Amino acid sequence: MARSLTDAAVDMYQTRPERPRSARGRRAAGRARLRAPAWVGWLFVAPALLAYGLFVLWPLVLTVQYSLYRWNGIGASTWVGLDNYSKVFTDPELSATIVHAFELIVFFSAIPVLLGLAIAATIRRIATTRLALAARTVVFLPQVIPLVAAGIAWSWMLASDGAVNQLLSAVGLDGVTRAWLGDLSTALPAVGVIGAWVLLGLCTLLLLSGMSKIDAALYEAARLDGAGPIREFVSITVPSLRQEIGVCVTVTVIAALASFDVIYVSTQGGPGNATMVPGLEIFYQAFSEREVGVASALAVVLMALVLACVLPIQWLTRRREA
Amino acid sequence: MSSRVRARRRATALALVALGGTLTVAGCGGPGSDESADTAAATVGTAASGAAPTCGREPVTMHAYFETGFPLPRALTAEFSRQFPNVRWDVREDQFAVITQNAPRVLADDPPDLMRLPQMSELVKDDLLADLDGYAQAFGWDRWPASQLEQLRVGPGGRPRGEGALYANGLNFSMTGVFYNKELAARIGMTKPPETLAELDDALARAKAAGITPIQQFNGGATGGLAFPLQDLMAAYGPTGPINDWIFQKPGATIDTPSNVQAAEHLERWIKAGYFASDANAMDYAKMMSRFIGGEGLFMFNGDWESGNLDRQMPGRVGFFLMPPARAGGKRAAMSAPLTFGISSRAANKDCAAFFLDWVATDPTARDIAVRVGGSHPMGPSDAPMPPVRRGTVTASTLDAGSVIGADNGAMDFIANATGAIYAKSWTPQLQRMVAGDQSGDAMLKAVQSDYERQIEG
Repeated sequence: MARSLTDAAVDMYQTRPERPRSARGRRAAGRARLRAPAWVGWLFVAPALLAYGLFVLWPLVLTVQYSLYRWNGIGASTWVGLDNYSKVFTDPELSATIVHAFELIVFFSAIPVLLGLAIAATIRRIATTRLALAARTVVFLPQVIPLVAAGIAWSWMLASDGAVNQLLSAVGLDGVTRAWLGDLSTALPAVGVIGAWVLLGLCTLLLLSGMSKIDAALYEAARLDGAGPIREFVSITVPSLRQEIGVCVTVTVIAALASFDVIYVSTQGGPGNATMVPGLEIFYQAFSEREVGVASALAVVLMALVLACVLPIQWLTRRREA
Repeated sequence: MSSRVRARRRATALALVALGGTLTVAGCGGPGSDESADTAAATVGTAASGAAPTCGREPVTMHAYFETGFPLPRALTAEFSRQFPNVRWDVREDQFAVITQNAPRVLADDPPDLMRLPQMSELVKDDLLADLDGYAQAFGWDRWPASQLEQLRVGPGGRPRGEGALYANGLNFSMTGVFYNKELAARIGMTKPPETLAELDDALARAKAAGITPIQQFNGGATGGLAFPLQDLMAAYGPTGPINDWIFQKPGATIDTPSNVQAAEHLERWIKAGYFASDANAMDYAKMMSRFIGGEGLFMFNGDWESGNLDRQMPGRVGFFLMPPARAGGKRAAMSAPLTFGISSRAANKDCAAFFLDWVATDPTARDIAVRVGGSHPMGPSDAPMPPVRRGTVTASTLDAGSVIGADNGAMDFIANATGAIYAKSWTPQLQRMVAGDQSGDAMLKAVQSDYERQIEG
């Protein structure tokens, strides 16, 4: 059996119409071998497909179904059509969570990508020194620390008597000290800073690896033409990193829109819903309010929103390549 | 056929399959329709024959679901196994917030024999809890003071609470009020607990003037701890009856009453006067405790579940008083609730669980544990023996407060227990906005009332 499978695979690449045929029987066998791959391929894919179908597609289908019902998760349910969806867009508490998610993009995407570019460019210039290794490690460290631990550590640092306020007091800025996570106006940016800190390392590392692929001759040529470091960065580094930047933006935008863990640990959506995001609201709707239908509808809307934001980014980076 | 066209066709086919799947599932009826509703109330097998149920003599393993961080249930089950060696306990623990979120699914899918319960209305509505009326009769719980079990009675279909069949029992019942730091009180000349609201206001103002944080109260994250002083103020300004009616979801009940508006506005004045810590909105329960124990605040609104802890951590330096009434000589009131434990309607060992709940209230050692470990008043008949408590401790004063509340008939359930979601989704964000100066007392009550009506209509 194993042998015939290998044969079949080899045959896929050796379909030669002018193959010398010795006998009719041989020809028929060859045809049978040619047909085998169609289902053999599926056989290889089957385990992964089964897992994907069971744990991704099926829950997706169920979520869409739940979103059309009013259901508390236990008892009988009633069909409500698209009512849950209209609630998502008309209930100011629910729509506010979507606005918060977009505000978080500034912190989760813009800051890590821009700052990551600057840090990566700096590290590249000192690539051979020990300092570069240390800097790479320090910047990437947040990716290794569990998000829950990071959230707890940051909520201590941002507390009224935490490190951030001590630092501010030390430089004479007593006036601006506050409980950063407990203030209606600063809670969301404070949570955003935690996210930026976490994602900065990922972006820096991705961009740094992208930079290592850029041909050094390009920089040399630019330098001969009299370009300074900034000109090099703008004209060579950034355009060459289009694909890596695309990946960074995609990953971080998804992290911003679907954020849950950092916020659940640091503020739980408070104070006064100031940091309530769709991911957390879905959780509260399903398990606290027991409105599984509304939670599912919000989840479907969130998925559509993520796709609507990410697909254009993918399309843009691909189109420019072509 | 080019591979691109083929891929596109395949994608279309997959999308159709997914859509078809949704429609098929949708066509099969809504979720939850296949649940076999177990409506059978707990039948007390032996009650009919006159003898109360027991745990028998055969080995039995009890499945229990307790709250993390509270040692009382474990202390009780350990003692129970010592007295009844045939009973083993298989205990699972979670934080209360997790229990609240898991309760319906756990009761349905993995039914515990004994479980720490969150708000019960919706659990009763879904037939997830055993009806304990038969046991109440068999064990004589119906001869206990009615107020002890009132909060655990639920009407048919989950509403209203406070009357109807009994669906839970308590391990003890807690008492809330105001703890104060005696050293800081002496510094501002407060020699005895305030007798009226005006005296309390005066103490707060003097503490503020002396540079002492008048009240340490948690209000961060998903836990609006200002609900404690708010409800105490409500009971100081008005009668407790309408507040309980609202919590019990009696028809037509409202939280937006004139006396409650006065209370909310009073709380707003406290906030504006800076009587709460400036970072109250970022303070969780643990931080409040550590600050109060560390001597960083004069008052703290909390319950007697901390009495034992405070007696250990700051012996002789902490006092307790019930919220004073608005007018001198007025009646006292307090949030007082049983530490609620129930039995799943699908539990395997209902009789043994009920026997355990009765044992907790009647066995002298168990009653002693309820006070010593739990810090609160034991359940049970009013003439049951009280464990000895050392005079002068804060535990003694919280137990004494229980008799005052009994005499004044001032026990209230907690406004956070009105519905399953009212605390996390309504009181907490509203109180946090009030602390931030973004919400008035009057508007807060209107907003909570509208959330409440939306939540109970379903």
